Amino acid sequence: MRVLVRILLAVALPIVLFVAWWLGTANSDNFYVPPLSEILSTFPEVWTWDRLRTDVLPSLIRLAVGYTVAVLAGIALGVLVGSYRRVRAVLEPVLEFFRAIPPPVLVPVIMLFAGIGDTMKVVVIAAGCVWPILLNTVEGVRAVDSVLADTCKSYGITGASRVGHLVLRSASPQIAAGMRQALSIGIILMVISEMFAASNGLGFTIVQFQRSFAIPDMWSGILLLGLLGLALSILFRLVESWALAWYHGQRRAQRGPS
Amino acid sequence: MLLDVRGLKKVYDGRQRPVEAVRDLTFGLDAGDLVCLVGPSGCGKTTLLKCMAGLLAPTAGEVRLRDKRVTGPPPGMAVVFQEYGRSLFPWMNVRDNVELPLRNKGVARRLRQELVGDALAAVGLADAHHAYPWQLSGGMQQRVAIARAVAYQPDVLLMDEPFAAVDAQTRADLEDLIRALWRKLGVTILFVTHDIDEAVYLGQRVIILSSSPTVVREVLDVDLPDQRDQLTTRSDSRFTELRSHVYAQIQAAKQESTVGSHDAARQTDLAKQVLQ
Amino acid sequence: MIRGVKGTPTPPPARLLAWRTRQASSRARKAALGLSGLAGLLLLVEVLPYSGLVSADFLPPTHRIAVALVGELATGAFWSALWDTLVAWAIGLAIAVVAGIVVGIVIGAVPVLRALTASTIEFLRPIPSVALIPLAVLLYGTEIRSTLMLVVYASFWQVLIQVLYGVQDVDPIADETARSYGLGTLARVRCVMWPTALPYVMTGVRLAAAVALVLAITAQLVIGAPGLGSRIAVAQTSNAVPNMYALIAVTGLLGVLINLGARGVERLLLSWHQSVRGEVLV
Repeated sequence: MRVLVRILLAVALPIVLFVAWWLGTANSDNFYVPPLSEILSTFPEVWTWDRLRTDVLPSLIRLAVGYTVAVLAGIALGVLVGSYRRVRAVLEPVLEFFRAIPPPVLVPVIMLFAGIGDTMKVVVIAAGCVWPILLNTVEGVRAVDSVLADTCKSYGITGASRVGHLVLRSASPQIAAGMRQALSIGIILMVISEMFAASNGLGFTIVQFQRSFAIPDMWSGILLLGLLGLALSILFRLVESWALAWYHGQRRAQRGPS
Repeated sequence: MLLDVRGLKKVYDGRQRPVEAVRDLTFGLDAGDLVCLVGPSGCGKTTLLKCMAGLLAPTAGEVRLRDKRVTGPPPGMAVVFQEYGRSLFPWMNVRDNVELPLRNKGVARRLRQELVGDALAAVGLADAHHAYPWQLSGGMQQRVAIARAVAYQPDVLLMDEPFAAVDAQTRADLEDLIRALWRKLGVTILFVTHDIDEAVYLGQRVIILSSSPTVVREVLDVDLPDQRDQLTTRSDSRFTELRSHVYAQIQAAKQESTVGSHDAARQTDLAKQVLQ
Repeated sequence: MIRGVKGTPTPPPARLLAWRTRQASSRARKAALGLSGLAGLLLLVEVLPYSGLVSADFLPPTHRIAVALVGELATGAFWSALWDTLVAWAIGLAIAVVAGIVVGIVIGAVPVLRALTASTIEFLRPIPSVALIPLAVLLYGTEIRSTLMLVVYASFWQVLIQVLYGVQDVDPIADETARSYGLGTLARVRCVMWPTALPYVMTGVRLAAAVALVLAITAQLVIGAPGLGSRIAVAQTSNAVPNMYALIAVTGLLGVLINLGARGVERLLLSWHQSVRGEVLV
């Protein structure tokens, strides 16, 4: 019974909003806001399996590659910078400056170096995603518990073993938060880099629809993009709650029974 | 002599001038000893322990384990810290926590599992292999830390006020656990504490420290029977005598650092009288 | 300062002075190291194009960027672009903050609403703001309103999430106490919920301020609304590469200043708050 109530609560408002959108636009004669029914009927026509393969898949692959590069580089550099106080003090203002630059601004810059092909997009995504990961890793590495560090030292856990067993795992909640921020940035950059210069991709397609005034198609593209963001967010959440189960458990235990 | 501390001295670079925390500490432990270290608050007990564990470099003097000088954490030593919550890895369960130092040392899998199982059984946590540290109570967490140290099979076990952050009843249980482990496994233990009763209850010998700058005030032999328990031993008259003596010595030590040595001398005389 | 008998200030004790001096000198050392890092960066950018690794067409040396920057600062168009950016940022941020706080408090104060809206918020939150760009273009073209649309959308979520966390953090015992004293919902919001949520609100405002700048520049870059972003796009298409870099440096500097300013305001408003609430890992 309780499960039923919870499901009802979860879907109540979305259903209401959906119905409101449907009814609100049903008789719309605004060119830019077509009826929801029209958008939904266009959806399967526009996003056929073929188009998904030729447009959406390349976008996702570029995102995946750029994101992975950013994660690996961000964590590696973050561990390095975070472990040495001197290095951190020297690099902190520089890193803060680079982090403050709005990521989309990198697109014209990187276009100079890397042209307009796939490389450009991957580099843009990597260059934008690396900052939150890097900075969060540095924070996490700094905050390793001193008693735990002494324990490792006294048991002879040093070097690579120490980095793997102590530093990375201790910093993993912080790193995960950075990776979450980086994912949002990555999606934004994936779309923008394609809006600027591309021959395929989700962002490219949506802009094409907009420029050719294929409005319902454009809306269906926006819908798809939203769903994609949602799907990736859920996926991230699932992986994170599995990998950091210990962290969430510990925090729950600390907060005590409520 | 298994563990030899000679002329240990530690000077810190303080805020306005260098602070001499430890002036001259000399004492030794033979294999199989259970020795307690007591002293007034702030007398550098933790500094001493860290120097002995190789976590801190002394300014002068040396620590020798099996006649080899300690310059960094030696492989034959295990430390149990006061903050049990922070010394266990929260991302590993109890069994993995106890196993990690052995894995790192390169011990074979079968032997590892045996050592871990035995250690956890010895501390009374045979059922808690798959629990996570934050799921356990404070006393149980400290038991895991002790099991980890025991499984490591060290030459010397250093314990830094391990029961200070635990409630009184749990503390009594853990004290008995230490004595039981000591008698069963023959581990050499150096137990640092601020609790005088605990020091006399546990140790074969009690090393009493002075205030900062610290030196050894006295090494007291605890001539209580080997079989001790919380109820009878603590009401024993000899226990009371010994404990009063230690208490008086520590009071004298505290006075020496604040008031003149006149009152301190009086306290020391009082302490000596108690033992007559 | 300790006032002596005659009312003239006596110097603080030597120990306090020594400690303060050590603090100041360690802070100065840290600042010096940081400055050396920045100097190193400028030196690197100066040297790299000449080394042959990178073409000077793609990465002009520092002095050329500096010259371009000075040139930019001298043109009126730059300052109006900066002004447009700041206006869009400020207005968008203000709307988002007010909306976020109001919606957050309303949802937080009524438990039923919280349960009802939880799933919807989780659905809508991850939708990337860039999805709105084509819509903004169609509706508002290159006016400032298209910028505002994106800025408000993205910043609103930052504020809302933090406010909801803050409202959740309310001590139930305090709330029960207030209720037992007969305080109505409005009074409870004012006396219990708002002070608890305030540190979170400040965190939300700080995060939203950063996001607002990013979205403002993005909208200007991609859509062409007036501002620094569109100026960068123009510099790129007209191949004025040093100008492009100079403008990018300006946006970075702007971001740093906004971040420092937000932290300063946060510290000021929360100086009375003893417990330091860390940023919730979102």
